[in-house]
Amino acid sequence: MTNHWVDIKNADLVLIMGGNAAEAHPCGFKWVIEAKKDRKAKLVTVDPRFTRSAAVSDFYAPVRAGSDIAFLGGVVNYLLEKDKIHHDYVKNYTNAGFLINPDYKFEDGLFSGYNPEKRNYAKATWGYQMTEADKKTGESWVKVDPTLQDPNCAFQLLKKHYSRYTPDMVSKVTGTPKEAFLKVCEMIAETAAADKTMTILYALGWTQHSVGSQNIRTMAIIQTLLGNMGMAGGGINALRGHANVQGITDMCLFGANLPGYIASPTEADVDRKTYVEKRTPKALRPGQMNFAQNFPKWFTSLQKAWYGNAATDKNDFAYEWLPKIDGAYDTLAIFEKMHQGKINGFVCQGFNPLASVSNKKKVGDALAKLKYLVVIDPLATDTSEFWKNHGEFNEVDASKIATEVFRLPADCFAEDTGSFTNSGRVIQWHWKAADGPGESKGDIEIIATLFQKLKAMYAKDGGKLPDPIMNLTWAHRIPTKPSSAELLMEISGKALGDVFDPKDKTKVIAKAGEQLAGFAQLRDDGSTSCGNWIYGGCWSQAGNLTARRDNADPSGLGQTLLWGFAWPANRRIIYNRASCDLAGKPWDPKRTVIRWTGTAWAGNDIPDMRPDAAPDENVMPFIMTPEGVARLFAPGMAEGPFPEHYEPFETPLDKNPFHPGNPKALNNPAARVYKGDMEVFGKAKDFPYVCTTYRLVEHFHFWTKHAKINAVLQPEQFVEIGEELAREKGIANGDRVKVRSNRGFIKAVAVVTKRIPTLMIDGKKTHTVGIPIHWGFKGLTKPGFITNTLTPYVGDANSQTPEFKAFLVNIEKA
Amino acid sequence: MALQSLDIARRSATTTPAPGVRQTTEVAKLIDVSTCIGCKACQVACMEWNDVRDDVGSCTGIYDNPVDLTAKSWTVMRYAEVEEKGRLEWLIRKDGCMHCADPGCLKACPAPGAIIQYANGIVDFHQENCIGCGYCITGCPFNVPRISKEDSKAYKCTLCSDRVAVGQAPACAKACPTGAIQFGSKEQMKDYAAKRVVDLKMRGYDKVGLYDPQGVGGTHVMYVLHHADRPELYKGLAADPGISPLVSLWKGIAKPVATVAMAAVALGSLFHYVMKGPNEVSKELEDEMEKEDAK
Amino acid sequence: MQVSRRQFFKICGAGLSGSSIALMGYSPTSALAEVRSYKLAHATETRNMCPYCSVSCGVLIYTTGDKSKNAKADIIHIEGDPDNPVNRGTLCPKGAGLLDMVKSPNRLKFPEVREPGSNEWKRISWDDALTRIAKHMKADRDANFIEKNAAGVTVNRWPTFGFLASSAANNETGYLSHKVLRSLGAVAFDTQARI
Repeated sequence: MTNHWVDIKNADLVLIMGGNAAEAHPCGFKWVIEAKKDRKAKLVTVDPRFTRSAAVSDFYAPVRAGSDIAFLGGVVNYLLEKDKIHHDYVKNYTNAGFLINPDYKFEDGLFSGYNPEKRNYAKATWGYQMTEADKKTGESWVKVDPTLQDPNCAFQLLKKHYSRYTPDMVSKVTGTPKEAFLKVCEMIAETAAADKTMTILYALGWTQHSVGSQNIRTMAIIQTLLGNMGMAGGGINALRGHANVQGITDMCLFGANLPGYIASPTEADVDRKTYVEKRTPKALRPGQMNFAQNFPKWFTSLQKAWYGNAATDKNDFAYEWLPKIDGAYDTLAIFEKMHQGKINGFVCQGFNPLASVSNKKKVGDALAKLKYLVVIDPLATDTSEFWKNHGEFNEVDASKIATEVFRLPADCFAEDTGSFTNSGRVIQWHWKAADGPGESKGDIEIIATLFQKLKAMYAKDGGKLPDPIMNLTWAHRIPTKPSSAELLMEISGKALGDVFDPKDKTKVIAKAGEQLAGFAQLRDDGSTSCGNWIYGGCWSQAGNLTARRDNADPSGLGQTLLWGFAWPANRRIIYNRASCDLAGKPWDPKRTVIRWTGTAWAGNDIPDMRPDAAPDENVMPFIMTPEGVARLFAPGMAEGPFPEHYEPFETPLDKNPFHPGNPKALNNPAARVYKGDMEVFGKAKDFPYVCTTYRLVEHFHFWTKHAKINAVLQPEQFVEIGEELAREKGIANGDRVKVRSNRGFIKAVAVVTKRIPTLMIDGKKTHTVGIPIHWGFKGLTKPGFITNTLTPYVGDANSQTPEFKAFLVNIEKA
Repeated sequence: MALQSLDIARRSATTTPAPGVRQTTEVAKLIDVSTCIGCKACQVACMEWNDVRDDVGSCTGIYDNPVDLTAKSWTVMRYAEVEEKGRLEWLIRKDGCMHCADPGCLKACPAPGAIIQYANGIVDFHQENCIGCGYCITGCPFNVPRISKEDSKAYKCTLCSDRVAVGQAPACAKACPTGAIQFGSKEQMKDYAAKRVVDLKMRGYDKVGLYDPQGVGGTHVMYVLHHADRPELYKGLAADPGISPLVSLWKGIAKPVATVAMAAVALGSLFHYVMKGPNEVSKELEDEMEKEDAK
Repeated sequence: MQVSRRQFFKICGAGLSGSSIALMGYSPTSALAEVRSYKLAHATETRNMCPYCSVSCGVLIYTTGDKSKNAKADIIHIEGDPDNPVNRGTLCPKGAGLLDMVKSPNRLKFPEVREPGSNEWKRISWDDALTRIAKHMKADRDANFIEKNAAGVTVNRWPTFGFLASSAANNETGYLSHKVLRSLGAVAFDTQARI
């Protein structure tokens, strides 16, 4: 979330699309209800189903699963056609006027630079036009047309790109009735006024598509055109999944990242210099903060946190010890490798991939190829028994599976002390209430003990590259049981030597051994350590700021700056400089987030700006980009700088209605598809119905099926279909049905409902089948099939999040 | 502390006059159906707080689960898909005891002290005194009490009398994520409802209103309904509830006759709701009831 | 009954002693109108967070005992933390039912192993389990670690070992897991963030 949960109450319009906040985040959703009650805000829900969120909405519009870019692209077109944009904001705070390489093209559904064999783009033509490098300084800047009239400026290209997304076209592709679509556009357009804001609440309904990242990008374009970023009651708000999914994302347990979203070194980064230079951007416009220029400080401080005295400028701060990646290591890539027999050992820490990952059969087959599997979990997960025959729910032969499986009992939240980071980036400390059952142990103790055993083995017997193992910093009072406090202090950052003020080199701002006040104090000379720069300062000399419990809210905006600690720098609304005009005056003084006082930025949040950057210095609000502004045109994306509608990999249509003549533009041209998976994509003639999977409010993933009380609330697996499809198929409410995709089948009870509308897509009636995910063969609920038996093994081209939300099935009475 | 429920207004089948000196505040729960998302947090909070767990049932093609109130589910959500003015509405109502000002269950109950009405308005069942006859079910205009198969005693929502007694809100009201359940004094709840009515009128619900049925003297659980003119849209909410004529009839006949046989035969047939063979109504109890009726 | 009633009065601060119950005109044998005693009166309250979705609601966990040496803390009730600015004491049906997850009969209680081809779990000690796992890991790492790629570039990676990290574990677990994994040269790891 760029904003935070309580801030939703400051919105004038709440759009819920690509998510179902009432279902998945009821306690956060309360702030939507508060906005309605106290601000007379309106709520609009756009979804393939009439959801629990829709039930309390002022307006609901149906949309076909997998057609969100068509819908949102239509909104962009509407705003530009009707000139309902926040002009000053667009002109100053976005790259609207930036001139793009004249060789950039978009033709017949593909952008310039496409390589069909590799299924990817060479992005050379997607760049900006730059000025000649200054002979003295070498500086070169992006060329800008402040009038936004140049045909090659981002604004004109945007207009041209979305001019095809007419209301008729939108309705044809999405199935949203034209009047309903226009009504949503009208409501959204009202928030183009400087003092009106819309917030967008989305979740996995946007991410779990082969075009997931671009769904969100399209919405980001809308929010910047409307001037809603940085505003109280605005922003782009991803309602995330697990209680600490934000924190674990921030800790970057990804092969491709180090903590704090630092990109992992690859094989091309032959030494530290190459690696660091490549990742330290140069400003693209004069005077911009270009905050990522601090990259060397973050990276060096991380290496010092991990290798302490063994990381020095003499050995490139132990750069060599870091593994260099050679490709993708996301979940789909990992199971693909495992399926090919290239992975021997595997650990599932609080993760149930047999149930959570697409194509259950492929995942089960992959696990059966492991030599050993370790499951660390508080509960008896389905994954831990992938080898066991559970009848038709898990038809395997244990005697033929040679994987050695260890199951280790972990403590749960109630038995643990430490910090969680919520979706609004607020880090909060929690305290242990009781011991876990039996011999269960905390996750930290399990990992630490295992590591200490490995270290002892390497010390005794030697082995491949023991140095990073032997030299890993481990300043814990009990080596097999590091405390959460010790670890959070390491994450937050320490002064290893005295740290000096850059403006006055004689002034010590942090003495050796002290906790640092924040990431601004990090250095690239080895004098500081920090396990995760974005968490810098969460445990300062003042103590554990994540444990603060003062919920005072003097501004009434719900900022509660003394409750816990929000990253970065305790800032609650990111990009908040954009809540003011160029002169530093709030667009809406009634919802002042920050303002320029004449000498400094101040107000009701930590300014997302250098505190003394006077407005006439023209330092723009989007400090993490080298441009200083938000990107309408974004060259970083895998499948194009402007989002384009592509059909899901399993689509009821045989062509992309936007590009009927080009089969290459049917699905996301840059999405990665493995051999064997393309072949098992189903076709509409065999699987005529659009299927979408989702969760229910009564359950949490595959955990609460183990909780009696939740098993009582939703005891048995079901699938939802509309009344018209039920009539066609002779299915009555409560009948048992069998749902098949090209990868397998499930059986469940049919819930026949008015809440799933039949849509007209490209002149054809299209039905949707909805399937909740929560069942499996272990639990207190009635045993059920794993829904992901049905889902396709393909992900978004940027994030590799699987396409759980739009695929094809058939359905019949069981 | 005004919310304590020690002060008794009425006891079933009891002649002892209720204490009437202390002034306590009438409490109420307001269920704003227009902000209810049917998440069932109230069902969970109720089971968890009250240490009851219903059975794991099955899916019958609807979201309602458990499908009806039971001796262990003292509140359930009822879901109705209705089309109004060409627009789909998913009306979701939390069902449970309404804590009537004039409680039919209490009037019908023959067991002394099995049903209590506190001065704060809470109507509570005391299972240690319950004889499992099931008369409370017929007496209830909302079909709420249920007899347990395990101990043959009647159970229903207590409005968390134990929490309210110490100044806390009922578990369901505290948990409700969207604030669709509010709790406070009856006066506060009526004021809150009035504000909700204004908001919902602005959003086009012309028939919005408060449900506080006067046929039972008003209730201590009230609803804000978008369609207050048609409570039956909300999966059969009683449009005009009143105490069953059977209760008055019974009291009328019982007074002059007052025999065990009458109780065992005639009444047994009248009170057809009884689910399990009731414990026999003792002579003493019948006499007690008669005394009360004679008042 | 008497005990619970006394507790009730104590909680209410009504100032009535046990003996005064008789003054109220009730005899112990007849029906007494009293509410169920408030079960949290002397339970210990601990501030924690719901582990389900990313609203990360504050919860109050109530345990038996007062943390005295001989009283085992047993979790008896969990409800919302009214001070938390986001949930303000509310909980959803999952959070409100946390007690049943903590107390689930399907909680794991001791380490187990399923041997290759076997159809059952076998209980083992923590030390056995972690030693066996560490041996597997070391053998695999030493056999498959890549120090240099074909071009002679130092890559120091261990590609044959994978790890999926919990999104329900705390930040400190995540950080420590990451630190350990990189030190081993692991690259095939991911979290539920993507799924």
